[in-house]
Amino acid sequence: MAVFPDDSVGLVSPRTLHVSEPLRLSSGAVLPEFDLVYETYGHLNEHHSNAILVCHALSGSHHVAGYYPGDKKPGWWENLIGPGKTINTDRFFVVGCNNLGSCFGSTGPNSINPATGRPFGPEFPMVTVRDWVESQTHLATALGIERWAAVIGGSLGGMQVLQWAIDYPDRIAHAVIIAAAPKLTAQNIAFNEVARQAILTDPDFHGGRFYEHNTEPRRGLRLARMLGHITYLSGDILHQKFGRDLREGKINFDYGVEFEIESYLRYQADSFAGRFDANTYLLMTKALDYFDPAAATDGNLTAALSPARASFLVLSFTSDWRFAPARSREIVKALHDNRLRVSYAEIRDHHGHDTFLMRIPLYLEVLEAYLERVFQDST
Amino acid sequence: MSKTNGLRPDLSIIAEWIRPGSRVLDLGCGDGTFLAYLAREKNVTGYGLEIDERYIAPAVRAGVNIIQTDLDAGLSGFDASSFDYVVLSLTLQSVKYPDRLLQEMLRVGHEGLVTFPNFGHWQTRLQLTLFGKMPVSRALPNEWYNTPNIHLCTLHDFEALCRRLSIEVLEYRAVNHVHKSSVGLRLLPNLLGEIALYRFRHRNEGPR
Repeated sequence: MAVFPDDSVGLVSPRTLHVSEPLRLSSGAVLPEFDLVYETYGHLNEHHSNAILVCHALSGSHHVAGYYPGDKKPGWWENLIGPGKTINTDRFFVVGCNNLGSCFGSTGPNSINPATGRPFGPEFPMVTVRDWVESQTHLATALGIERWAAVIGGSLGGMQVLQWAIDYPDRIAHAVIIAAAPKLTAQNIAFNEVARQAILTDPDFHGGRFYEHNTEPRRGLRLARMLGHITYLSGDILHQKFGRDLREGKINFDYGVEFEIESYLRYQADSFAGRFDANTYLLMTKALDYFDPAAATDGNLTAALSPARASFLVLSFTSDWRFAPARSREIVKALHDNRLRVSYAEIRDHHGHDTFLMRIPLYLEVLEAYLERVFQDST
Repeated sequence: MSKTNGLRPDLSIIAEWIRPGSRVLDLGCGDGTFLAYLAREKNVTGYGLEIDERYIAPAVRAGVNIIQTDLDAGLSGFDASSFDYVVLSLTLQSVKYPDRLLQEMLRVGHEGLVTFPNFGHWQTRLQLTLFGKMPVSRALPNEWYNTPNIHLCTLHDFEALCRRLSIEVLEYRAVNHVHKSSVGLRLLPNLLGEIALYRFRHRNEGPR
């Protein structure tokens, strides 16, 4: 039997919630029924008041912590979640939920469309952050959770937290928004569009029907990931990790792998293309592009956040140029304009956007201090 | 004057100036002790701004709304008249633009509360005139080359700046190092006061 670290939740397995009620999406489309795949760690207390929902980012999943049988790699936020860790599963009942449209089990483009008997592919409707929140209220109810002690997320997951706070103010006590933004900039959308074009123009894409051609647009997906990956890291950390180091110690005057950074990007691209779905990538980047809670209030984020009642912790990282600290401060301003309880820290670190996945002492310290408050409020 | 509240003495005095239930912005709030005290004892709400990352976690733990901010970048994140009081305790002397910050304080708040080490204190004057050396004291413990205090002033200087900025002083106190007031301090505050405390508002701001 495999032995897991003491501070890991250990062996975990996903579960599926089937919702047979129709879900009306922001686009106007309707999903007649859908599945949500989720994992839970820790125990729900007697009053069901200690539940934390973790929202995942673009390529994440419900597998937030712990290990699947035979796996060497744990869930994507193992660094932070476990017994005695920052998000302490001895105290909290932690729920990870796979977003609709994803490729890891919740209903998405690679699921079978019951109406046609074949994969949805391009027929899968566009989903928005709001739709995710809406769909997850079913999960909360099914788990007997009237109100989350906290909803926590980084990046796109942080945007989802913000949406929860706006749409369901009575169902969320604390909101923890990490490395997020109130909406994407033109530059952010531009990066997403290049990624989408890489996929859409791959001859193996077949208009999104590649499943039926027994292929997948690997080249497009690889390029999309390479580009994305560069934006998740800072120039500093790339320099520190790879510099101009050469694979073979010399320049070969060809297009093979010469610089270490090329090797690294290709490796990242290969492993991603092996596990991710191209249609899902397209959908997720669109959900990012569309996210703009202030659109309904003439661009006024303060007005958009006026229904919120939660207490907030907002965190950003100094080296994050994808969602820079200034973007988090926009959220903070809108929160204190509404006289909501909010704390904000700008964590000094050089890893870039992906810092939110890492064990940076000050980051964990602030988060832990805040979760202490969440815990006090939940008992 | 209560001395058993665990507050730094200058804050203890300022706390008495703050009406219960009011909204307070504390500039340079440190670990949030003052705001936590005001919330507990005076039902005050508000935010603390602090640039030093070491204070964030302790303040969060204390239940204070702390927002990591560089005061030298101004208070532009805050709308006009958002607060009843804006507090700046023992920090005025270390900001880049004290004059601008005072104006910003009265833009976002109705009243300002400031405390600062008085450079006009007799010991300070003595060290400079008698020994020709930059003063080092209990209130100003740093050497000239490593001090964060780059904009030191006396009570007279502060009041002159207030006049120039159309700021009306509503109340002031000068205290010694144990933060006691005395007859001497009342007669010669600029000479005997180690710490100066001021409550003020903009001249056009009527009483509320």
